[in-house]
Amino acid sequence: MNPHLILRVVAKFLIPFIALFAFYVQFHGDFGPGGGFQAGVIFAAAIILYALIFGIDAAKRVIPPSWVRIGMTLGVLLYGGTGVATWFLGGEFLNYTMFAPESHHAAGQHWGIFTVELGVLCTVASAMLAIFYAFASRLPDLSDEDW
Amino acid sequence: MFTPIFALEVGLMAMLVVVAIAVVRMRSLFAIVMLQGVYSLLSAIWFVVLDAVDVAFTEAAVGAGVSTVFMLGAMLLTDRDSKPISTQQKIVPLLIVVLAGAAMFYAIGYMPAFGDATAIVNSSVGAAYVEATKREMFLPNVVTAVLASYRGFDTFGETTVVFMAGLGILLLLGLNGHAGQWRAKPNGHNIGNTAPNAKRDDTQENSEGGSA
Amino acid sequence: MSTIFEHYNYAIIIILMMTGLYVVFASGNMIKKLVGLSVFQTSVFLLYISMGKITGGQPPILTKADMEAGAKAAASHASDISHGAAGVSEHALQSASETIYSNPLPHVLILTAIVVGVATLAIGLALVVRTREAYGTIEEAEIDQLDYQRNQEGEGA
Repeated sequence: MNPHLILRVVAKFLIPFIALFAFYVQFHGDFGPGGGFQAGVIFAAAIILYALIFGIDAAKRVIPPSWVRIGMTLGVLLYGGTGVATWFLGGEFLNYTMFAPESHHAAGQHWGIFTVELGVLCTVASAMLAIFYAFASRLPDLSDEDW
Repeated sequence: MFTPIFALEVGLMAMLVVVAIAVVRMRSLFAIVMLQGVYSLLSAIWFVVLDAVDVAFTEAAVGAGVSTVFMLGAMLLTDRDSKPISTQQKIVPLLIVVLAGAAMFYAIGYMPAFGDATAIVNSSVGAAYVEATKREMFLPNVVTAVLASYRGFDTFGETTVVFMAGLGILLLLGLNGHAGQWRAKPNGHNIGNTAPNAKRDDTQENSEGGSA
Repeated sequence: MSTIFEHYNYAIIIILMMTGLYVVFASGNMIKKLVGLSVFQTSVFLLYISMGKITGGQPPILTKADMEAGAKAAASHASDISHGAAGVSEHALQSASETIYSNPLPHVLILTAIVVGVATLAIGLALVVRTREAYGTIEEAEIDQLDYQRNQEGEGA
């Protein structure tokens, strides 16, 4: 009998819900507490839980380090790209009303906020995961005497 | 004045002070890191009592979550206990801290009263943001509207800071844990290895290239 | 004395800040220093958020009534502009909203500060790990001693 059986079963049950909760927090940031930062950290926590229970190599098969590297830059590019897109549409940097100039209920602002929060989610989740991978993959140079 | 909310606040403040003093006195690093997580969680509860729900969410997720994980990861790679310091080394820090605390207590009289709606800090820009969100943004969460739209430049800078932190970690430790532990020979010169437990074979001339 | 009673939250938070600062100054272990810095940072966040609290206020998430009032005021403001009358719609908006919201501006600033704080904490911990690998210890006194010895022996140690 695997001594960590309870941990593995409970983790397998919980991890999809944690990831789903992260996306819920991301998309409901306009209507309640939430937003990109909280969602990014919660998503990284789901992957960290998977790595703690099933091993760091299994987690690196799920989210390879190359994806993490790309994710960090993709978030910043999304944010800056939104600003540059509003330049091309005729406004100032990060003036979201340029996305829908004739709307009476601020649709342009909603689209702009949606995109930048997506960028923040990508960067924060990837950065937290990168830091965890870095600490977990480094081999300690002292033997584990006693905890 | 002595409502249940006030009793809750006093209880939280007392627990925070106890945890902070315990961090000062303890020497086991594992206990100190866990106490720091407890401190973050208690302040997240106090944030909810102070009506700051977004901040409480972030503090609970970041402070009591990933911050504790990172510290435990760093502790796994270093030491488990801290050495005690002599009493003589504690005098000057205590003096500095007491003097700074006294100066801040002297300035307490000039701070706005707790919960005052007419103080300048609460009635000028903050209230204007609430009114502006009602009139033009049509988003219920005022904090998201201010963070992503009215103060969007600050959030751009913050995202870049998180990116730079990830980049710094990649340079210091490496995504696979190998930063600083590889050998490279550009132009025939051996680039030294900083980790003391890595194999040091400076006399070997056939170590090729580097692996990142 | 009544001043302290009105400002009891600031008094306790100052005590917490000074405790965190004392841990930063008076510990020789680098990880304990970083923990003290984290305690100090969280206390500073408490200071700012407690300044933004308004008695009888709500979290700054607009209620349905306020959203509808805002939409109506914006629509009537647009039609007032086309008819040349101004200033009437804002009056209607302010008299209609009864709910008091806590100040959202400190929340925004502290959200940024929390995330930047964890980023710098991660970099600090990575530096501690590399220091441990280079010197074999994370106590400041021992690192000073090793540096002194290596300087005595000359470069290239």
